[in-house]
Amino acid sequence: MEEAKIGVYVCHCGTNIAGTVDVEEVAKYAASLPHVVVSRHYPYTCSDPGQDLIKNDIKQLGINRVVVASCSPRLHEKTFQGVLRDAGLNPYLFQMANIREHCSWIHEPGPQVTEKAKRMVRAAVNRVSHHEPLEIRGVPIFPATLVVGGGIAGMQAALEIANSNHMVYLVEREPSIGGHMAQFDKTFPTLDCAACILTPRMTEVARHPFIRILTYSEVVEFSGYVGNFRVKIRRKPRYVDEGKCIGCLVCQEKCPWTALSEFDAGTSKRKAIYTPFAQAVPNIPVIDTEHCVYFLKGTCRACEKFCDAKAINFEQGELIFELDIGNIIVATGFDTFDAASIPQYGYGHYPNVFTSLEFERLCSPTGPTEGHIILADGRQPESVAIVHCVGSRDKNYHEYCSRVCCMYALKYAHLLKEKTNADVYQMYIDMRCFGKGYEEFYERIQKENVNFVRGKVAKVTDEAISEEEKGKLIVLVEDTLLGSMLRVPVDMVILCIALEARKDAEEVGRLFRLGRSADGFFLERHPKLDPVATMSEGILIAGCCQGPKDIPDTVAQASAAAARALAMIARGKIEVPAITASIDETKCSGCQICNLLCPFGAIFFDDDAKVSRINQVLCQGCGVCAAACPSDAITHNYFTTEEITAEIEGVLA
Amino acid sequence: MSFEPKIVGFLCNWCSYAGADLAGVSRLKCAPNVFTIRTMCSGGLNPSFILKALEAGADGVLICGCSPGDCHYREGNYKALRRITLLKKTLGQLGIEQERIQLHWVCASCGDGFVNVVNKITAEIKELGPLRAGGQGVVV
Repeated sequence: MEEAKIGVYVCHCGTNIAGTVDVEEVAKYAASLPHVVVSRHYPYTCSDPGQDLIKNDIKQLGINRVVVASCSPRLHEKTFQGVLRDAGLNPYLFQMANIREHCSWIHEPGPQVTEKAKRMVRAAVNRVSHHEPLEIRGVPIFPATLVVGGGIAGMQAALEIANSNHMVYLVEREPSIGGHMAQFDKTFPTLDCAACILTPRMTEVARHPFIRILTYSEVVEFSGYVGNFRVKIRRKPRYVDEGKCIGCLVCQEKCPWTALSEFDAGTSKRKAIYTPFAQAVPNIPVIDTEHCVYFLKGTCRACEKFCDAKAINFEQGELIFELDIGNIIVATGFDTFDAASIPQYGYGHYPNVFTSLEFERLCSPTGPTEGHIILADGRQPESVAIVHCVGSRDKNYHEYCSRVCCMYALKYAHLLKEKTNADVYQMYIDMRCFGKGYEEFYERIQKENVNFVRGKVAKVTDEAISEEEKGKLIVLVEDTLLGSMLRVPVDMVILCIALEARKDAEEVGRLFRLGRSADGFFLERHPKLDPVATMSEGILIAGCCQGPKDIPDTVAQASAAAARALAMIARGKIEVPAITASIDETKCSGCQICNLLCPFGAIFFDDDAKVSRINQVLCQGCGVCAAACPSDAITHNYFTTEEITAEIEGVLA
Repeated sequence: MSFEPKIVGFLCNWCSYAGADLAGVSRLKCAPNVFTIRTMCSGGLNPSFILKALEAGADGVLICGCSPGDCHYREGNYKALRRITLLKKTLGQLGIEQERIQLHWVCASCGDGFVNVVNKITAEIKELGPLRAGGQGVVV
């Protein structure tokens, strides 16, 4: 190895570091360390002039190792490795000292912060002198993309990619694509009907030559690495032959058995053989084996008798198949909060307390009442209370704001006025109308004779204390603007329930190696600068699985995720990080301990040579094998024993 | 002058290092005694590095990995759990207190979790005193 000539760059990061760390002193100290040729401090090392400083030193002073003491390597390691590469040095001859996140920001100010920064810089200098050039390999990628979730986010992402003539597989676990948006009536703030803008999209997706829709299917296994994933998909049996069914739905008409309709949020019945809604894509029914009497008792088969196309197949089994995928976009959406878990609001107890999703179906012309807003007894409501923040902005349930409720609550007020002319009360904590055209919509609804009561609802009850309250639901709320408790008698209560992470977000997160934030939604790589990527390369997120958002934001994020996937598809290959493990065959005793430990099956035993070997493409660089090798034959590149030891000695000396 | 322990903190790249970054970004405050060293995975941490740290003058070693089930490499954290449990037993036989080696799960959104873990190990090792007779730790 050539003699190390190290350049050290201590960043001020404005005052983020320099405000608590004496950067000048740290730079002076670094200059005194062995092999350090030049040590500088600079206001913003990541800026263009900062980067040029490093480039010039590499060219003019001949430094061959670089240490930057600044922010987290998770933020700028790649930036500075690029600087080295531009200047003709191998990017792995570089080490960062994280004196911002792990030092200046996280400790009370005082001389100890500067002392700590010095130790961190010394550790980095010690370490980098052991660094060796590593080879970066280009690996071709599979051009196909997998989109998980067929709601508006998944459809948007699929269309964006497919329009560039690259194959997309769109997996949806329900019998139809469409997601939550298909359940909505009107959309705020423009009041255009959701079905009118969504169903053409669904057809476009279905007809697209570069999209293959896999409904009633789920991803069950997932392996590989960025650009080269392999997914195993399980298609549940519909018991209807997709090739033969012509979508006449006579089977649905003739089926004598019913169950609560998931699509109508339980407000109506559907048959045991059904399509979730009239515009379903694909328009092919499924048999719900939990309610079909043939599956329960072995009799009936009415659907089979009436099906002219002979498409019913009770023997159909599940289908398991594998796909090679380059990028994955996870767009699994949200679940709604269970309103029954706040018993004082009476959901499930009083028939005229509805959730927002149920009300959405009541308003819809394709819903159980054909769009007529009626009470459980068929009367039209004369007064309605809309309760905001049910499960949101509430430390007992979800601390976060669900972002869409204020706006759809305003929409409900408008629809109620239009269809019933009822008295409408909005019981809100704060009105949050932040999007384009939203504040204007709020203004408009205020002029429509809607009552706004600022306060969180305490209780919904039917215990009347006056004539006027008899037979009504009474909403108890503190009007915080009047400073008094109110009892508001109404006919109908609508609970604006929170959007929450999917119930199986934990399992889905594990399957795709996604982290989750404290609120349960999937964690983006960076909350501001990288909201569609995740910590797992090649796995992108879009829509409400990342956090509650409205349709415009969902569509924008889905397009962004598609753009990210397309960037990789256009390059056609990826650079695989050189952080892998390698085996010194002269030291390997052939014990095969590492073979069993490797989580990626990247290590195999060569029976002829009696040594283990590592497949460098499959190796993900976790280092588990190196840590376990009893013969010390495995090197974990970039995390070698010499490098880590030097770093340990650096902080402790 | 009070005893300020020197503690080496090995953080896995995917969860714990990100959790520590989040603590910094959120401007949470913790004791300055833990020096973080990034590893790819807690399961990739060679136990000899822990011994090396103790030999080189550390009064304790903190190891942080992803929460059970959340390992970026599927199950490296379980491997770390097994190895470190064994190592602690061995060190116990040499007279080194169990509290000096601590394995904790710190997720990428656990900024407060990281700060708590750092403060906990620092306080406990302060209570134990230096690993070596006459050890001074970091003088601040």
